Amino acid sequence: MDMKAEKRFRDEINQMELVLPAISVNEGMARAAVAAFCAQLSPDTTELADIKCAVSEAVTNCIVHAYKHKKGNFYITVSLYSDKTVRIAILDKGCGIPDVRRAREPLFTTDSAGERSGMGFTVMENFMDRLTVTSRAGKGTLVVLTKRLGRLATEE
Amino acid sequence: MFRTDYRLEIKKRDWLLVVRLFGEIDHHSAVYMREELDKLILKERPRRLVLDLSCIEFMDSAGLGLLMGRLRLMHDIGGVMALTRPNERIMKILRLAGMERFMEIDGEGAKGDR
Ligand SMILES: Nc1ncnc2c1ncn2[C@@H]1O[C@H](COP(=O)(O)OP(=O)(O)O)[C@@H](O)[C@H]1O
Ligand SMILES: [Mg+2]
Repeated sequence: MDMKAEKRFRDEINQMELVLPAISVNEGMARAAVAAFCAQLSPDTTELADIKCAVSEAVTNCIVHAYKHKKGNFYITVSLYSDKTVRIAILDKGCGIPDVRRAREPLFTTDSAGERSGMGFTVMENFMDRLTVTSRAGKGTLVVLTKRLGRLATEE
Repeated sequence: MFRTDYRLEIKKRDWLLVVRLFGEIDHHSAVYMREELDKLILKERPRRLVLDLSCIEFMDSAGLGLLMGRLRLMHDIGGVMALTRPNERIMKILRLAGMERFMEIDGEGAKGDR
């Protein structure tokens, strides 16, 4: 990720790291843990629900796409910053995404048999302020979600 | 630690089947909900299926896939499907996917069927 983007959130005030096996029961576990940690920044209920949904999407993708239900771990790092920004990085060491731009398009899915909607990245993009996806075929994928909390209250 | 925090509540009247869903819809629970709903649909073969979403506490894009899949099955057996009482959170994701173009959401019929 570019340095400029990282610099904006100068003061990191807390960080949590999670390593979980890529099994579907951990979808609920991961979003609940991230939400509990983010509660320190006193998000409103909408912000918290947005974060939970975005995390659920990224984690599900690790399980169904990256590892295709085979063994593997996914890694979550949640960083909280003094300007009430939340940064959530979700990393897998799975199959990678050959064409990220295409994958991010609404309704695009490589798994229509599994009743996927192809809306995961669209949800992440719409429910968070920023989404970056970095991937290498055969190596894995890094999804970074950021959201600045409390903006409606302070800026309006 | 296997979650089973979802549940269905079924009401039947003639050709109408109303199913209230409880719990969280993600990829994990959608797999089970899909199986149960399909079994029910194929057994009852309703002309109209109404899914009551008022007791759903969480839904991500797996829910969209679940709803579209059941809509397809209802069409296959010559019926229709509607959604009723989605909360604001769920409406946000339904709208994002343009679901209101494919199925009635809290429309006249759905309201009367409660
Ligand atoms: N972590 C990942 N590893 C490999 N492929 C992925 C990953 N995340 C997403 N993809 C690819 O991007 C596509 C779009 O993802 P998404 O928008 O979440 O839709 P869906 O999960 O419903 O297919 C997936 O179908 C898959 O091909
Ligand atoms: Mg997805």
